[in-house]
Amino acid sequence: MDNPWLSLDYLRRSGDEVWEHLVIHTSLTLQAVLIAIAIALPLAVVARRIPRLAGPILGVTGVLYTVPSLALFALLAPFTGIGRTTVLIGLVAYALLVLVRNIIVGLEGVDPDVVDAARGLGYSRTRLLLTVELPNALPSVVAGLRLATVTTVALVTVGVVVGYGGLGQLMFRGLQSNYRAQIATSSLLCLALALVLDLAIVLLARWAMPWTRARRTGKREAAT
Amino acid sequence: MSTISDAWDYLTTAENWTGANGLFGTNFDGSLRFQSDSILALTLEHLYMSVAAVAIAAALALPLGLWLGHIRRGGGATTVVSNVSRAMPTLALLTLFAASSIGFGNRAVIIAAAIFAFPPILTNAYTGMADVDKDVREAAFGQGMTRRQVALRVELPLAVPLIAAGLRTSTTQTVATVPLAALVAGGGLGVIINSGLATQRYGQVLAGGILVATLCLGIDWLLARLQRRVTPAPLRERATAAA
Repeated sequence: MDNPWLSLDYLRRSGDEVWEHLVIHTSLTLQAVLIAIAIALPLAVVARRIPRLAGPILGVTGVLYTVPSLALFALLAPFTGIGRTTVLIGLVAYALLVLVRNIIVGLEGVDPDVVDAARGLGYSRTRLLLTVELPNALPSVVAGLRLATVTTVALVTVGVVVGYGGLGQLMFRGLQSNYRAQIATSSLLCLALALVLDLAIVLLARWAMPWTRARRTGKREAAT
Repeated sequence: MSTISDAWDYLTTAENWTGANGLFGTNFDGSLRFQSDSILALTLEHLYMSVAAVAIAAALALPLGLWLGHIRRGGGATTVVSNVSRAMPTLALLTLFAASSIGFGNRAVIIAAAIFAFPPILTNAYTGMADVDKDVREAAFGQGMTRRQVALRVELPLAVPLIAAGLRTSTTQTVATVPLAALVAGGGLGVIINSGLATQRYGQVLAGGILVATLCLGIDWLLARLQRRVTPAPLRERATAAA
């Protein structure tokens, strides 16, 4: 029987199902990354303020990162059951290391003169963090965010083992019924989703950091 | 909690380690077969698949990365390769291969794992060679060394820490990828998790998770020590910064 890798017929027939899984995949990715950021930010700030805790924080997130996703889901499944929660916890755990590390690197890279100047102006520690240090650390944070988002998109698919893998669900079902179009379509959509989210972050970052644009054009002018 | 005691029972039953029929058997075509009811055999299979994948990847990526790094070209291309590979889900590649003419089983897994092991080795070999101080290179040429000598005797030794870091990253990642083999009828420790989930024996699932996690952390720890050993003390800081 004819078994093409790409077929419009498949999309016409199962478009709704594909769309449904794409939505699950996207929402799961966004939710995981947002939760991971919400946890990583305080962790990184604590690691920076209290150097004694930096080792343990990086160590624990490093272990979470090294444990394979399949094993992590397997460790969680007996307790959190099968479904969305388990996948979500696994994804958040996995994204933490990249984010924490990049935020710390970003905070460490802030020009000490700038911090001194702000302190001299009488900024409180919180205000210093929010209005001086974090904005200056943004490029590194954004780099971490991009990496975390792209790997999370890919990682969602492993959720099939607990029955909630977004597009991975379609890949797996396609494999079981030897339906090539289903596998290829969901794989391509995964890649496309990673690309689109990555691009969205880049655009958002450019909007949030107008000064990096100005600096770049400034450099270009200086060069000519 | 019964799940935890089930996992404990699973891990402390001797037969689960040695298997009911020994570690090895033969397939219908006479080839070696790792018995899937033995933790030891599955671990060996897991390691064999990982080593095979990393060896294939290293055989291709190391020469290419070293050469590109030496001529200092193609840096953009290596970055693109590693970015695309990050966005590509392992499961997608596995299912694509399994549904193609490569077929189900360990071969599809080894090829897929090798593809994912390729980028870290390539980028680190490239960066290691290309980041060697220009002055050092010039000095070597000035002494009358040939291109080959500069590459092998000057750049390569200085690049070793980064190359080692790349091999470590890639190996750890491969050992962590291979468990997915169970989803496409391959072997390795993932089989324990997968069959546990399929039969709703969550104790076994937990035990499998512990085994896979322990193996990965153990391998990573071992390689970290190895990496430290091959890195001369003055270069250590640089290597950790890049890894």
